[in-house]
Amino acid sequence: MKRLLVLGAGTAGTVVVNKLRPRLDPAEWHITVVDQDACHHYQAGYLFIPFGIYRRRDVERPRRDFIPAGVEMILGQIEEIDPERQRVALAGGRHLDYDYLVIATGTRPVPAQTPGYDGDAVGDSIHQFYTADGAVALYERLKSWEGGRMVVNIMEFPFKCPVAPLEFTFLADWWFREHGRRDKVELVFATPMSEVFTKPVAASHLTGVLEAKEIRVETDLYVERIDADAGALVAYDGRELPYDLLVTVPVNMGAEVVARAGLGDELNHVPVDKGTFLSTRYPNIFALGDAAALPTSKAGSVAHFSVEVFADNFPRYVEGLEMLERFDGHANCFIESGFGKGLLIDFNYDTEPLPGKYPLPGIGPFSLLQETVTNHWGKMMFRWVYWNLLLRGREIPLPAEMSMYGKER
Amino acid sequence: MPIATIAGREVSLNDEGFMTDPAQWTEEIATFLAGQIGIDPLTDEHWKVIRFLRSDYTEQGETATLRRVSTLAGVDTKALYTLFPGKPARKMAYVAGLPKPKGCV
Ligand SMILES: Cc1cc2nc3c(=O)[nH]c(=O)nc-3n(C[C@H](O)[C@H](O)[C@H](O)COP(=O)(O)OP(=O)(O)OC[C@H]3O[C@@H](n4cnc5c(N)ncnc54)[C@H](O)[C@@H]3O)c2cc1C
Repeated sequence: MKRLLVLGAGTAGTVVVNKLRPRLDPAEWHITVVDQDACHHYQAGYLFIPFGIYRRRDVERPRRDFIPAGVEMILGQIEEIDPERQRVALAGGRHLDYDYLVIATGTRPVPAQTPGYDGDAVGDSIHQFYTADGAVALYERLKSWEGGRMVVNIMEFPFKCPVAPLEFTFLADWWFREHGRRDKVELVFATPMSEVFTKPVAASHLTGVLEAKEIRVETDLYVERIDADAGALVAYDGRELPYDLLVTVPVNMGAEVVARAGLGDELNHVPVDKGTFLSTRYPNIFALGDAAALPTSKAGSVAHFSVEVFADNFPRYVEGLEMLERFDGHANCFIESGFGKGLLIDFNYDTEPLPGKYPLPGIGPFSLLQETVTNHWGKMMFRWVYWNLLLRGREIPLPAEMSMYGKER
Repeated sequence: MPIATIAGREVSLNDEGFMTDPAQWTEEIATFLAGQIGIDPLTDEHWKVIRFLRSDYTEQGETATLRRVSTLAGVDTKALYTLFPGKPARKMAYVAGLPKPKGCV
């Protein structure tokens, strides 16, 4: 029996076992997947929790429900990866040997990377919505917050879902207006980049949206520490940005176990070939989803598209055949912009987000880089698509490879 | 694409003045470019950073971010802001003859 071991049953790990089980002969292949958390989280839904649109129960489901028959699922914490002995150790002393390893342990917020991000201020004047607990605490805070300056900031790049902090800011603007409090709130969006988004065409569209919503932008703000007593972000260049309520995106890092195994880069993300996800160091290790160091967005859509490519390649690879498919970096993200509207961006390694229609040229129904009601509904329907189609590896009528049809240069 | 003669060599630059061909870079060019942005002289600490950026670029094909430099080159971020004041990520890349870091997506 050959053993395929998948670390992490998040978006990437779950889709990969669903796609590979039917393609690998059960008489020859044993597939195991490990995760530390009995709940699967629809993380994109965290965005809506602070505004009372979703509750915790809307974004959590039992993880086992999404693991197909014929795949062994183990609940436990992964403590060690030993690539030389091809063995993984779990907390409690259990060992798992493998022939092929897929690392899909994602990336997670690590507040402790920022000095001053601790103490009583956390959950009071300092918040984040990158975990279910954080999003719920922020919901409670917003209910009674009387106003002042809300700063939404990004600590470090890359982080998962690069549009989420912008969406949060747009939704905050909408929510305060709905609640008749917008005149009491000053909204500031602060980023370590020189633009509000990394790609120029999208950046200029999004800057326009921010201006229209009277959201102040602070660029090149690379935060050294939080001065919680003074209520200010202190940047490396000496600038200070005072806040009354800070909503931050903490530094995102891959799993600690990746670092311990010497498999990670400076943020514990695994260097891989960007077309095939094969580790640059071991011929029997792949990294998929947010865990991989790829020059495209860390997003569920990328995890999904990349697994499609991987699932086509893997059965060939183990037979000693060439991997024919190469991932192009395809990402697409709905950007919720408030007032029941949203934008959509679609891009890859080489092509930045451009205006146009998606997925059908000229027809849509979705519009790229434009605020529309249909885009908003696409985003809201996505939760259903995620639980019912995407995670289970069912066909979604969106091709893995990006297309230029329908886009306008 | 503009071409300039720097320290006796022809180098191609983009609109922002960044070198577009890392292979054209020399240490003399680095000294000149540093002078252009008010960094004079280049100290040993500067060179440590510049040499790391050059060798990392050769291996990775991408310009290192501030975090990567501070983690792997042993020069912390605060020091990078002192060595290359204001916008260190851009300035380091400029002097090292590399594209400015993409900062990812
Ligand atoms: C607020 C927010 C909004 C987002 N919005 C969107 C969006 O609109 N669109 C979009 O495409 N994406 C969005 N994303 C990103 C998306 O959720 C992630 O990119 C996606 O989940 C990545 O999948 P993954 O499998 O790589 O990682 P994950 O889904 O995070 O899975 C990693 C798994 O590994 C497990 N694990 C890690 N370490 C260990 C260990 N040591 N032992 C055992 N198990 C371990 C974890 O428990 C987890 O289940 C958003 C994310 C956030 C936080």
